Amino acid sequence: MAASTRIEGIDKLAGRERYIDDLDIPGCWWGMTKRSPVPRGTIREIRFGPGVDWSEFVVVDHRDIPGPNQVRLIELDQPVLASEYVRHVHEPVVLIAHPSRAMCRRAIREIEIIVDPEPAALDFRVPPAPEQIQHGPDNVLSHLTITKGDAERALRDAPHIIEGVYETGAQEHVYLETQGMAAWEEDGTIVVKGSMQCPYYVLNALTHALARDEKHVRVVQAPTGGGFGGKEDFPSVIALHAALLALKAGRPVKIIYDRAEDMACTTKRHPALVRHRTGVDSDGRLLAQQIEMTIDGGAYVTLSPVVLSRGIIHAGGPYACDNVSIVGRAVFTNAVPFGAFRGFGAPQSQFAGERHMDRIARTLGIDPAELRRRNLIRDGQTTSTSQTINDGTDRVAVLDTAIRLADAEKNQQEDRAFNASHPYLRRGTGIACIYHGGGFTGSGEVHLASRLHVAALPDGRVEVRTATTEIGQGMLTIFTDIAADRLGLDRSRVTIADADTARVPNSGPTVASRTAMVVGKLVEDACDDLRRTLGLDPVARGGAVTDAIDNWYRTHPDREPVGRAQYRQPPGIHWDDETYRGDAYGTFAWAAYAARVEVDLRTFQTRVLGFQTVQEIGKVLNETLARGQIAGGVVQAIGWALLEECVWRDGAMANAQLTNYIIPTAADVPPIGVHFLENPYPHGARGAKGIGELPMDGPAPAIANAVADALGVEPDTIPLTPERLMELMTHARA
Amino acid sequence: MKILTPNSIPEALRMLKDGSPDARPIAGATDLLVHWPDQRTSHAGPFVDLSRIDALRGHRWTEDELVLGALTTYWDIITDPRANDELPILPRAARTVGAVQIQTRGTWAGNIANASPAADGVPALMALDAEVETAGENDTARVPLDAFYLGYKQLNMQPGWIITAIHVPRRRCDFSSFIKVGTRNAQAITKVGAAVTHSDAGWRVVANSMAPTVRRCRALEDALDRGISIASPDALIPLLEQDLAPIDDIRSTAAYRMNVLARVLFHELAPVCPFIGTTSGRNAP
Repeated sequence: MAASTRIEGIDKLAGRERYIDDLDIPGCWWGMTKRSPVPRGTIREIRFGPGVDWSEFVVVDHRDIPGPNQVRLIELDQPVLASEYVRHVHEPVVLIAHPSRAMCRRAIREIEIIVDPEPAALDFRVPPAPEQIQHGPDNVLSHLTITKGDAERALRDAPHIIEGVYETGAQEHVYLETQGMAAWEEDGTIVVKGSMQCPYYVLNALTHALARDEKHVRVVQAPTGGGFGGKEDFPSVIALHAALLALKAGRPVKIIYDRAEDMACTTKRHPALVRHRTGVDSDGRLLAQQIEMTIDGGAYVTLSPVVLSRGIIHAGGPYACDNVSIVGRAVFTNAVPFGAFRGFGAPQSQFAGERHMDRIARTLGIDPAELRRRNLIRDGQTTSTSQTINDGTDRVAVLDTAIRLADAEKNQQEDRAFNASHPYLRRGTGIACIYHGGGFTGSGEVHLASRLHVAALPDGRVEVRTATTEIGQGMLTIFTDIAADRLGLDRSRVTIADADTARVPNSGPTVASRTAMVVGKLVEDACDDLRRTLGLDPVARGGAVTDAIDNWYRTHPDREPVGRAQYRQPPGIHWDDETYRGDAYGTFAWAAYAARVEVDLRTFQTRVLGFQTVQEIGKVLNETLARGQIAGGVVQAIGWALLEECVWRDGAMANAQLTNYIIPTAADVPPIGVHFLENPYPHGARGAKGIGELPMDGPAPAIANAVADALGVEPDTIPLTPERLMELMTHARA
Repeated sequence: MKILTPNSIPEALRMLKDGSPDARPIAGATDLLVHWPDQRTSHAGPFVDLSRIDALRGHRWTEDELVLGALTTYWDIITDPRANDELPILPRAARTVGAVQIQTRGTWAGNIANASPAADGVPALMALDAEVETAGENDTARVPLDAFYLGYKQLNMQPGWIITAIHVPRRRCDFSSFIKVGTRNAQAITKVGAAVTHSDAGWRVVANSMAPTVRRCRALEDALDRGISIASPDALIPLLEQDLAPIDDIRSTAAYRMNVLARVLFHELAPVCPFIGTTSGRNAP
């Protein structure tokens, strides 16, 4: 089937889409945030400077919060506004609102937060000094383990033991649209509208801290210019701020972060440190994997435990190994809290795992592709959580297809000759084999119990009502096509309701590569239920459906026919949260990536010359969108691998500007080959598996492995900036 | 924010005087907007917008000079066939500044006046022995560009004066090279940069992002003029250190800057200077 055009694409291209900053809300004031200047300490005083007429402003602090001063997420540790204590630089303390944005900017500088500083914990990689401890004995906020077989004993018996330590840096989302939210009260209901991925997360945060029931809170997603996880957890914070100001001001208030505030003060990808100790036999077969993963949680819990969980579950890689021991720790520091980011821990752990596979290959003198072929999981074998894989996908073929399409063997021969003759350029090829579980981990989807409705409208169209949001990934197009296909209707007869909690049920968050696979399946189920409601047989399509809708409204003009769906776990899935054993995900998407790089030994810059991706994602629903997801993810991962360095000062980003935080431009990106293999997943919409996060997992290790191939060094830390590569080569030479 | 729009040089100078010491001349304003709206001090104003002054507009070729009026943009030079033919280092440098939008607004004179150590236009001009013409209410002056910087962001120009033109000698270079090692391949700020020329006047090697100002590497120029043999990139470093003093900042490190400048210069010069490189011709990267 030809890819259908993107529903909102032309509006976005033509600049007609109205984001929250574009919406003219009558009587609206601007809100702004005053933040902590230090990473940790007790607030002694808040001074409001004499140069501002404060009577013109609405000022909000923690005393204005009607309910508990807590941002409701996994834990309740994060205050909406700091009261006595601050735990990170840029922690929100005071909010102001005024009709003029320029006046807000001027006034915010006239507020001074005086803090008695205390010793801050700023390096998650080293144990805290006694005076830096702020939680438990060691600041560890989450500790998880995966055990399979007996890794200790297997390591004792292994003929070869190979060790490595790997580090990945933070990453800023750089969504095109910065965080923004507006709030106002309407007939006793607080309405919050803005940029977000998860309307019901925002709703839950508002009901809690504002001490209101769900009937008196309404959350509406505005068109959203990208999220990448950055609009999963953080929008609850800015929504609460806008709501508090609106309630006190008695009028609408809008908060729009500029780029510098957004980069400095909102969440980023968790930095990670991963240690591998692996026992292998002389053929390179994995006998034991011992892995320790530590991530920097920052100052509050946010989503760190679940990021850690996904991180360690993916840490072993798509390989069979009978003896596995994985320990994960998320650590509190006094850094700005880290949060969700595309891949959610798996890019970090798979960077380490795939770099480590190359280190094993080089140590044993085995070709890196051959080492992977020998260890890739076969049907009937199990993952580190003892989940049996039995999906019929030939994972060796995925890898071999990538190698063939990348022309890797021929390139490597040419590159050897090139490297021997060129004065300063060196070329190399690297591969990575990755997997990514779709949907929430373990029993997560059961707990979410996502719901979705498809209603028939009096004009004969059907409306999909879901809290899943369009965040640039193409959800509107995909859901329209799924519904149209399921009911045999033209896509013009399908509409998607605004993600407005007053109108749509809770379909769970728009995260975890679950939209097409999990929620898309609910679209199908709700379409089937609508057929039942309309009294149609299960195969009725097209004209039969539209006739039935016409008939329905002729006989029940006042009652809307609604098809309802709720998530049901596919049969045969078992997960044990206590032992961390079982079916971590309903299914995995599988991929193999090949990168070819050229390193300039004059400048130590790495240029990616070519990039080939092969992925098995169940079923491609819309080829244009799917290719866009893969290519976009590869570009984002090239940035993480080579360019994007957060420079830290007191646990906050010192380079919070796009002139100094370097994301790739078109000139930094190679041609990206995207090749799909299909093996339909019976429990995903039309056979689809998750796709959104997969391309974030593989590029960084493939590129680092290519650099290793080109230079014979082991680049174990990313971003592999030219400065870092120069250091590495200087040490390698010494 | 206050923006004044003079129509003549005298009017502009008067406005600058009336608004001193905060008044600031602007032309393309591209450096100003980078910091919007954060760095309030750089926006205290008033801004004196020179872009309506006809006397500052355009560039012209005289018998022995290319004269860039203060409003000449990068784009004006990129699109001038004669510049591409005679002084190709100028359009080459201009193409590395920002993207087309910046190139069509940003001016050569603004690049000099903004005095960033990372300026890309300045090293190309300095490697051509350009001179800066400035004007005050009662006088004008002409200063060699390589004597125009007294220190970080300190100009060899009276307060309240403006740059009116840049004079570039039409001197034939038998070698010219423009090097920009940026943070990425486009839209990048220079981490390590250099402009190199050779003409009857001898060698010019000018480095940017390597010192508090864009600066000539006179010790290296002298070594090149005398044909002193240099066997490896590392052997360039002591020469460069006599004139340059790179720093660690949020974009890079001092060690990286010095190492990379030496390597890039070495591999630019080795093919054209018989006294640079090993006798075998197989050089260290």
